[in-house]
Amino acid sequence: MSAAGLVLSAAPVTGGGEMTTGEAVVFWILGPLALAGGLGMIFSRNAVHSALWLVMTMLSLGVLYVVQQAPFLGVTQIIVYTGAIMMLFVFVLMMVGRDASDSLVEVLRGQRLAAAVLGVGLGGLAVAAVADTLTAGGPVGLGPGYGPEARGNVVLLGSSIFLDYVLAVALSSFLLTAAALGALVYAFAGRPRRAASSQRARVTERLRGPLSGYGSRSGPGVFATADSVATPALLPDGSVAPASLSNIIEATRRERLDADIADVQSESGPAGDVDARALRGDGDGGGESGGDSGAGSTHDRLSAGDHGSTESETTR
Amino acid sequence: MNPVPPPPGYYQTLIADDPFWLTLIKVVIVFAALMLVTLFMIWFERRVVGRMQQRPGPNWNGPFGLLQSLADGLKLAFKEDVLPAARDRAVFFLAPVLSVVPAFVAWSVIPLGPEVSIFGEATALQLTDVPVGILVVLACSSVGVYGIVLAGWASGSPYPLLGSLRSAAQVISYELALGLSIIGVVLYAGSLSTADIVSAQQTGWYIWLLPVSFLIFAVSMVGETNRAPFDLPEAESELVGGFHTEYSSLKFALFFLAEYVNMVTLSAVATTLFLGGWMAPWPLSLIPGVNEGWLPLLWFFGKTLAFLFVYVWLRGTLPRQRYDQFMRLGWKLLIPVGLLWLVLVAALRVLRTELTTGQILIAGGVALVVLVGAALLLPDQAPPEEDPEPPVVADYPVPPLDLAVPPTPKRRRRAVTAAREEPEQGGETVTAGASREGDR
Repeated sequence: MSAAGLVLSAAPVTGGGEMTTGEAVVFWILGPLALAGGLGMIFSRNAVHSALWLVMTMLSLGVLYVVQQAPFLGVTQIIVYTGAIMMLFVFVLMMVGRDASDSLVEVLRGQRLAAAVLGVGLGGLAVAAVADTLTAGGPVGLGPGYGPEARGNVVLLGSSIFLDYVLAVALSSFLLTAAALGALVYAFAGRPRRAASSQRARVTERLRGPLSGYGSRSGPGVFATADSVATPALLPDGSVAPASLSNIIEATRRERLDADIADVQSESGPAGDVDARALRGDGDGGGESGGDSGAGSTHDRLSAGDHGSTESETTR
Repeated sequence: MNPVPPPPGYYQTLIADDPFWLTLIKVVIVFAALMLVTLFMIWFERRVVGRMQQRPGPNWNGPFGLLQSLADGLKLAFKEDVLPAARDRAVFFLAPVLSVVPAFVAWSVIPLGPEVSIFGEATALQLTDVPVGILVVLACSSVGVYGIVLAGWASGSPYPLLGSLRSAAQVISYELALGLSIIGVVLYAGSLSTADIVSAQQTGWYIWLLPVSFLIFAVSMVGETNRAPFDLPEAESELVGGFHTEYSSLKFALFFLAEYVNMVTLSAVATTLFLGGWMAPWPLSLIPGVNEGWLPLLWFFGKTLAFLFVYVWLRGTLPRQRYDQFMRLGWKLLIPVGLLWLVLVAALRVLRTELTTGQILIAGGVALVVLVGAALLLPDQAPPEEDPEPPVVADYPVPPLDLAVPPTPKRRRRAVTAAREEPEQGGETVTAGASREGDR
């Protein structure tokens, strides 16, 4: 943080071409870093590492621009190149996977030699061009009208982009937009357009469609002809379990099922007896299982029934 | 209240001749303040969310539980640093650093207050003022994404990778909206420098002048900081912990720190851009001298805290968005609206120089009337179609919607009533059943 803060505050206020101490220090720190970034990009085996080395170079260049009285250019370099373009690169490289490495088999014959020759040639041209400017003329475009006094030459840049060269800028932006649209068209051209399905349609598909068989069923060991809340549960002896009856659900009102209970009691002999004791044990005043809500488990009810049976035997 | 705003670039020249020791002091103070604010924020968030959930939150360590986050931080530092075997060594170490450093650097351009005197040296309460200050903030946030992206990649396991891919897409998308909302402010302030933007709001805060920009900024700053409801890169229900799943101990603490510092940074930027920075709010601003000296620090941090409270509020209130909804919001709503608003603002800026206010109002009124008339001409939306058939599903354990329970046969009903009338003959059990029914 302190380094960047100092760099930002050490942006030289001088207007001439001479180099201040701060500028020199920054240059001798960032120059080697930028160079190392370039070399690292070329020589690292991993694609993501390569991209990161390049990021380092771009960051160094951005700070160098800031120091050389072009803060707008420097920060834009960091935002656009480092933040957006290299991020896209890294994005794609991450998709490729961590362990993917380039095959080292040469596909084109003599490609390395040609690349070396061309690379050295390009480097020579670039160095020659830059060396020429080092000696030929002094710095241009610095001073009161351009430097920090002009608030970072944003105004000049803006007027030259949007007034002097507005046609060229507009045309290139059209070109870029068309290219982006073209890429989209290529990417989506072959595919049929999928209709946007509403939530309702998806629910219907889930319930009626091919996947409708996948739902939760009753657990193993449960004997049931239906899972509906409208169907009362049966106890092991076949009688209606009172806990499964509800006052709220109309279909299982007790009044409606009294007849069934009576059936069990009167016709089916011993089984009905058991059920009858269960009911009675529960209804005895809630001595053991509460009896007020009917929410006790079957186990409670059966044990209450046992208790009731002993009671009835004693009365008999 | 200072009636005459200083000329553009005044604070920059004021700060430029700071001696080295003063810059060093400012750096240390900003750094320490951010660490403290982070500790405070963690406590604040837990307390506020706790209150929202009807529980006290941390209240045991120190007064009001204020030392809780300090204790947590110490504990975190002494935990074992678990290193996954499949990691990428260098990048795994680099990622947390890359995510923390830009978060701190962004604070170097935030104006905390006006001109003050520190040890006899006239300076401004700001580390440095660059002519492109607001772009420095954007640059820092765009470099900070590398931390998250690389963390996911270097962990060498799928969930972090998915989290970091999401994060990359998310931050790139929302940075566009963020940038668009900033341009409106820059157009009105006529400068990219944060100190100048604050000075330009002497006559009125930009939240009133540019409400749409403010809304877009407020939404996209939540997306930019990966906070709820946009915390998709670390969605624990989908991605375990997202990009920091494999991180532990101090490295994890660095990510934590970066998240909170980023939150504070963007809140401070929002304050600077839209809420007048260090200037006092309206009724207070009528008192003379309230915007001078050290007092503005209070207003600045008060407004920043208000934004931070909204962050916490959002987290306590809203569920996480689905990823496609989130992307749709960014690309199909925020960016187009931002572009349209920008065109409108730019057009108004041009018209201001050529037309009078009355003419602009008349033209705007006519345009509004035409728009409303056109809106009335639009046909009404057709009511949604009713599904004629209720979803009756065979072989699935739900009751049919058209369930009709047949009435009990008469014979049984008669038997029941007979049993009720003669309880002795019906036996004890039926009596018990009937009395039990009475209980119910």
